[in-house]
Amino acid sequence: MALRVQDLKVHYRTLRGDVHALDGVTFSVADGEIMGLVGESGSGKTTLGKSLIRMDSRMRHVGGTVTLDGTELPIGDTEAMNAFRFSDVSIVPQYAMSAMNPTRRIGKMVRELVESRKIRFSSVRDELNRRLDLVGLDRGVLDRYPLELSGGMKQRMVMVISTLLNPSLLIADEVTSALDVSTQRAVALALAGFRDHDLVRSMIVITHDVSLVYQIADTITVMYAGRLAESAPTDTLVSTPRHPYTQLLISALPEVGVRYGGKRLTGIAGSPPTLLDPPSGCRFRARCPLAFDRCAEQPPFVEIADNHRVACWKAV
Amino acid sequence: MTQPKPEPDVPVAAGAAEVATVPGVAVVHGGGVRREALHFAVRNRKLVGGFVVVLVFLLAALVGPLFASGDPNAYVGPAAAAPSGEYWFGTTTFGQDVFAQFLHGLRASFFVGVVAALIAGVLGMVIGFTSGYRGGLVDEVLNMITNIVLVLPVLAVLMIIAAYLEVRDVQVQAVIIGLFSWPWVARAVRSQTLTLRAREFVDLAKLSGMPVRRIIFREIAPNMASYLFMVFILLFGGSVLFAATLDFIGLGPTEGTSLGLMLNQAKQWSAMNLGLWWWFIPPGLGITTIVGALYLMNVGLDEVFNPKLRET
Amino acid sequence: MGRYFGRKLAIYALTFVVAVTINWLIPRFMPGDPVRAMVARAGLQDPAGVAAMREYYTSLFGFDLPWWQQYLNFWGELLRGNFGVSLWAYPKSVGSIILAAVPYTLGLLLPAILLSWWAGNKFGAYAARKKVLDNAVLPIWYVLTATPYMWLAILLAWAFGKVAGLFPVGRSFSASLEPSFSWLFISDLISHWFLPFLSLFLVAFGGWAIGMRNLIIYELEADYAHYLGALGAPQRLVRRYAFRNAVLPQVTGLALQLGVIIGGAVVTEIVFDYRGLGYLVLEAIKTSDLFLLQGIFLFIVIGVLVANFIIDVVYVLVDPRTRVGMGSGS
Repeated sequence: MALRVQDLKVHYRTLRGDVHALDGVTFSVADGEIMGLVGESGSGKTTLGKSLIRMDSRMRHVGGTVTLDGTELPIGDTEAMNAFRFSDVSIVPQYAMSAMNPTRRIGKMVRELVESRKIRFSSVRDELNRRLDLVGLDRGVLDRYPLELSGGMKQRMVMVISTLLNPSLLIADEVTSALDVSTQRAVALALAGFRDHDLVRSMIVITHDVSLVYQIADTITVMYAGRLAESAPTDTLVSTPRHPYTQLLISALPEVGVRYGGKRLTGIAGSPPTLLDPPSGCRFRARCPLAFDRCAEQPPFVEIADNHRVACWKAV
Repeated sequence: MTQPKPEPDVPVAAGAAEVATVPGVAVVHGGGVRREALHFAVRNRKLVGGFVVVLVFLLAALVGPLFASGDPNAYVGPAAAAPSGEYWFGTTTFGQDVFAQFLHGLRASFFVGVVAALIAGVLGMVIGFTSGYRGGLVDEVLNMITNIVLVLPVLAVLMIIAAYLEVRDVQVQAVIIGLFSWPWVARAVRSQTLTLRAREFVDLAKLSGMPVRRIIFREIAPNMASYLFMVFILLFGGSVLFAATLDFIGLGPTEGTSLGLMLNQAKQWSAMNLGLWWWFIPPGLGITTIVGALYLMNVGLDEVFNPKLRET
Repeated sequence: MGRYFGRKLAIYALTFVVAVTINWLIPRFMPGDPVRAMVARAGLQDPAGVAAMREYYTSLFGFDLPWWQQYLNFWGELLRGNFGVSLWAYPKSVGSIILAAVPYTLGLLLPAILLSWWAGNKFGAYAARKKVLDNAVLPIWYVLTATPYMWLAILLAWAFGKVAGLFPVGRSFSASLEPSFSWLFISDLISHWFLPFLSLFLVAFGGWAIGMRNLIIYELEADYAHYLGALGAPQRLVRRYAFRNAVLPQVTGLALQLGVIIGGAVVTEIVFDYRGLGYLVLEAIKTSDLFLLQGIFLFIVIGVLVANFIIDVVYVLVDPRTRVGMGSGS
């Protein structure tokens, strides 16, 4: 088991109080697994990604543990986490288009980054070139400034940088949302390629786009309002979803890759509850067509079939 | 003489009164955002503090001259008297009441600040909006003009214009300062418009056949309202400083008084050498306090509208 | 790159034409009669003298010619380096008076601008990372930048010159001395220079420090800073990048602030009777020497344009992106 997350709770501090962005999340990712993490904006999926590598100043680790390859990660201690970042856990961020310092040649930036981690640049130089070849980038990009690269090139360059030290876990956060549809697929396949070449042990692909993870993920986990709703192998989840939210999500997918009016998935009436003071019981209750009395009680996240877990009273 | 209008109680509401509604689209500038801004505005110590200071000076400028009526330049008291119960800020070498001059000077400063900021603000907005929104040749030409006026040293231009005016008053001063202070506003508004123009709610408005003017005033302007308010504050402060500088080099109003003119006279009649500190401390302190309070308000507003700054 | 500088130079050339045209237009189209005003202010009693003076001024302005010829003549004289004759220091030429004053102004301005820019950036960046220090010094900077140049100059002159008696106030060097390369003269020159320099430096310093502080805070929130942080890069590297990137807008800011700082130098010189351009401005206004004033105006414009061009060149040198993106980028 590469990654094990146990009852993770992370809050956001705001002036109006704590937002319970992650409210007891438990899952694991196996060696060599690509896990797709799906949810609408505000579901906590990006918070989860950030928690595993670097919390921002407003986030607070409230409870739970994260274990990677048998070692517990000090996720609440931003200094102590430095030892794990890049080498053990790495990230391809949402903002890959602007992730590189605009005033440094890319090669020089990579060298300074690597050396700041006390690693000799010469020891990774050849590997860097091989990976540029792997993603189909000319080696000359290292002598260029980010502004000279196209969006897709920047995206691939950031993927190369992030995976340079062969991390055990790679978090890919909305990597394709800034790209046009034709490049999206290429980037998604390049991601899977890193796993296939064993450059990255396992991967969490965060997205709001189910059709994207369907192409590359081994398992899919669905988040709703700070909690996990359902988790299953990709084919199972897409063919026989058990949670009403997942069912609506899958049925609302007539056109692959098309998004409507921002990041919100369409087709489900209502909006998720505020996480400032989350309601008790099942959080999907207010929007759920199948809701009944028992939903006032929080449903447990239980395994109903092999590797298929659901948090819904109707599915148990 | 038109009096400067008092600052609105709720800075955030200025200009954002109309909320555009495009059916079916979550509007980014809904009432909730404004309520939230207001929530933080009244709790921001910098904003409230700066606002109170400006308000106190404004009241002094509006009400003060009514009590200290009569010509502030009249020779009313003993010459070069230190501050006392009768003459709070002392008197000049000619026996003029420094406090009376100060109150009248404040009024002139506020007047120039508000009028010049309005002129420059409107010019800058119109030119910047048009330039950014229309693009093409219009943009090229307006941008060229903006760049030229931007490079011209404003004070030198004002100096040469003012020198040829035989009769100068605060109104003319306000107008010429306003006419030459807009370029940076136009530049900033232009780039803001360019980014806003690319947003989808503007596209939707265009698709629905809204005329350009309506799109600008109903879709773009409300989104920029907070920004424009900050621009106005900065222009206000800048104009007060400009006017004081012009007055100081001897190109101030030929009638009446102003804070800059007081400094000019203090220097001209050797107040420093004579040790008449009460002659040159109040006007300078007045300008510094007003401009400083305006800058403080600006920082506060920045924190209100920029959540990143707000959190810490 | 050629296109970039070509464009910039075109703007500057146009600005110069506009400035010269303003200079030509104002005496002709402002309400009032400048000749009458100048004659009146000369205060002559003798009617023959008044008439002679009228005629003299009219021909100096060239008011007796058709307007297009006046305009061409104006340019002709200008290109020959002829700015006219000063009335204040008659019969010296405006050009020679200005040239004699310029070294003093530059001697004040250049060190004040460069040092305040350098120190403001360094100190602003330093304060941005220390919360306590930041809270302590930020208000001071805001007060400094809100202070009118002439008021700070008056305060310094009064406090250090009059009350403490540490520095002489008035003129660029003691009236009793002749310029020479002696220690006595140079130390006298420096002691007269220090206070005006200091007041210019302080006001400008506050502005640069605030600017740098805000830019650094902004840069530290930029995506590349977060990415480096996520990959475990030490704060040192992130701050180094942030500083480098934040300096770029400050270079542009230098160009935008030039006019304001020059205005500051003018009033500071007036406070200290420092014999540079500011002093000439005051004398020209007091004696209605409009030719001198117009000459100074053009001179300031030329100085600002040259400085702008230098800053453009520097910007291209410090921002690598301009070199690669000039063809395609904006």
